[in-house]
Amino acid sequence: MTPALAQALAAARKEHRPVVLATRLAPPGLAGTQHLLPDPEAPAELNKAAEAALASDQSRTVTIGGEQWFLHAHNPPARLIVVGAVHIAQALLPMAVGLGFALIVVDPRRSFASPERFPNVTVLTDWPDEALDALKPDTRSAILTLTHDPKLDDPALDRALKSPAFYIGALGSRRTHAARLQRLRALGHGEAELARIHGPVGLDIEAVTAPEIALSILAQLVAVRRGAATAKKEAA
Amino acid sequence: MSEIASKAPFADDAEDILSLAAAWRAAGEDVALATVTETWGSSPRPAGSQLAVSLSGKMAGSVSGGCIEGAVADAAAETIRTGKPQLLDFGVSNERAWEVGLACGGKVKVFVEKLA
Repeated sequence: MTPALAQALAAARKEHRPVVLATRLAPPGLAGTQHLLPDPEAPAELNKAAEAALASDQSRTVTIGGEQWFLHAHNPPARLIVVGAVHIAQALLPMAVGLGFALIVVDPRRSFASPERFPNVTVLTDWPDEALDALKPDTRSAILTLTHDPKLDDPALDRALKSPAFYIGALGSRRTHAARLQRLRALGHGEAELARIHGPVGLDIEAVTAPEIALSILAQLVAVRRGAATAKKEAA
Repeated sequence: MSEIASKAPFADDAEDILSLAAAWRAAGEDVALATVTETWGSSPRPAGSQLAVSLSGKMAGSVSGGCIEGAVADAAAETIRTGKPQLLDFGVSNERAWEVGLACGGKVKVFVEKLA
């Protein structure tokens, strides 16, 4: 890899621009040639294949015009947006660092949302609805509410349901959750939408402590992200 | 938005091997980067997984569960010396299986390149 290409790739990743590093693997004599895609100078078919690799979020080898290219997809990181800078968030976010998510915690209560409590996390002190409007959750975003407080959780869940987030989780007992669903119905959300919320949140591993609850939530998040059978069974 | 702190690493993979390799290179090390380009069967790391190797003996990341890292590091040293990239093929159907086969029965292709 040339220094110029390495720098261009690093810059794209820093700016959260989705790019593909294409490397020619064969024929052997031409192996090693690289393009950073999209690039109007590169063959159209290569750009198209790069677009598909980014859309599916999967790196792969493709054959184009008799040549083999490895397409390394560099999407911006998936985001985990946690509403509530509470005790469970303190247990959960450090565990989530290793899972490759960009981490954001939202809590307007400044005593909770202090940066010292959340290293490696972007801390926002806006109201959850305003924060989510600004963050614009996409299909690579997960939203988790942990406050138990309707005036914080409800606006967040309302915005989450209006977004294409791949995962929505809400902490709270069955009773809390049933009451929460009633309030969200009153806001005009239908049953199909409400079914997107994982609540009570987390895989059933009989979690008791904050780290155990964090583990059960993150396990569920990974199961949904990777399309695991446990996630599908739960939804059924 | 009132953002208090933004220190998130924003890596697309928790182990950001590419940045690490670039940092080694910037510090004057001779570095090769190995990337999984294709997998079959039950190979443990998906396409795009990376291993950085320095001539001084540093290693970071992985391209398998540990079965082929040694052989990849040898190839990396060769690529650093010659400057020539290599496409390595590991798996049960390959003669290299006698040396460093994948215990999982999977197959994996690994591209090794030098950081210029």
